[in-house]
Amino acid sequence: MRIDCKHVWEYISAYIEGEVDADLRAQIDKHLETCEICSAVLDSTRNVVVLYADGRIFELPRGFSQRLHERLDIELAKAVP
Amino acid sequence: MKNVPNFESEAECIRRILAGEKQLFHTLIRPCERPVYFLLMSILRNEAEAEDAAQEAIVKIYRNLHLFRGESQFRTWALSIARNEGLGRLRKTEARREESLDALTEDQAGDFTPAILTSWREVPVQALERKELGALLRQAIEGLPEIYRNVVLLRDIEEMNVRETAAALGIAEGAVKVRLHRARALLQRSLAPRLKEFAPKRGKLFGWGR
Repeated sequence: MRIDCKHVWEYISAYIEGEVDADLRAQIDKHLETCEICSAVLDSTRNVVVLYADGRIFELPRGFSQRLHERLDIELAKAVP
Repeated sequence: MKNVPNFESEAECIRRILAGEKQLFHTLIRPCERPVYFLLMSILRNEAEAEDAAQEAIVKIYRNLHLFRGESQFRTWALSIARNEGLGRLRKTEARREESLDALTEDQAGDFTPAILTSWREVPVQALERKELGALLRQAIEGLPEIYRNVVLLRDIEEMNVRETAAALGIAEGAVKVRLHRARALLQRSLAPRLKEFAPKRGKLFGWGR
C-alpha cells in the first residue's frame, strides 16, 4: 500500500518518538526516500524539537532560585508538613 | 531526560522531611523548580505572576507533603499542585476571555498543515547564542493555544514522558500525544520559514564575487 504525504504528516510526531509500528515505519521510510517535501517536513520538525530541548531557550528568571529558597527558609522555620 | 529523580531516594528524602529533617525539602524541590515555573508561566503568561504562583505552589507542596501517597512520582504530584495554583489564579482574574480552557478540545478542527520548504535542513544550534533566535522560539510557544503550550512545555522543553505529562496535566495519555503532535505541527509551520535565516551560511561554489 502506498501512503500519501498527508498521511505521513499525521504520523510525523509519533515517528520522531519512535512510536509507530514496524509496518507503518517501513511505509513512511519508503515514502521519505522519494518525497523531498515530506523528508524536509520531517527534518524541520525534528530540528524544532531539538532546538526546544536546549536549556538556553527557557531559563528561569535571574535570582528565581535564591528568592524561592529564602522564602522556603521562612516557611520551614515556622511550619511542619 | 533532565533531572530524572531517583524514586527510592526521593521516598527516603520525603520520609526524613516528615520525620523532622525539614531542611531536606530544599533538595527535594530543586529538580521541580523549572517545570513548576514554566508550567505556571504557560498558564499565567506573566513572569512576575508565574514566579509568585511558583513560590506559593511550592509552599503548598511543603505544607501538604504528608498527603503525598507515593502513588505517582513526586514531581508529577508537585506539578498538579502547581497547575491548580495557576488555574485558581486564572479564574480569579478572569483572564480567560480570549481562550477558554474548556472550549478547545482534541475534536476541534484546525489547520495543522506543515510549512513546506526544502531549503532549511540544518539545526542551527550554534545560532542559539544569538538572542533573536531564543526570542523567536519563545514567541512561537507563546503563540500556541494553551492546551498545546502546556503539553509542549512539559514534553519537549522539560522532557517529561507521556505518562508523567498526562498525570501532571490531568489529561489522558492519548490527549498528550495528539496535542504534542499538533503543537509540533504548529511550531514547525510558524518557525521553519523563519529559522532558515539562522541556518549556517555556506559558501556557494560559484556564488562569490557578485
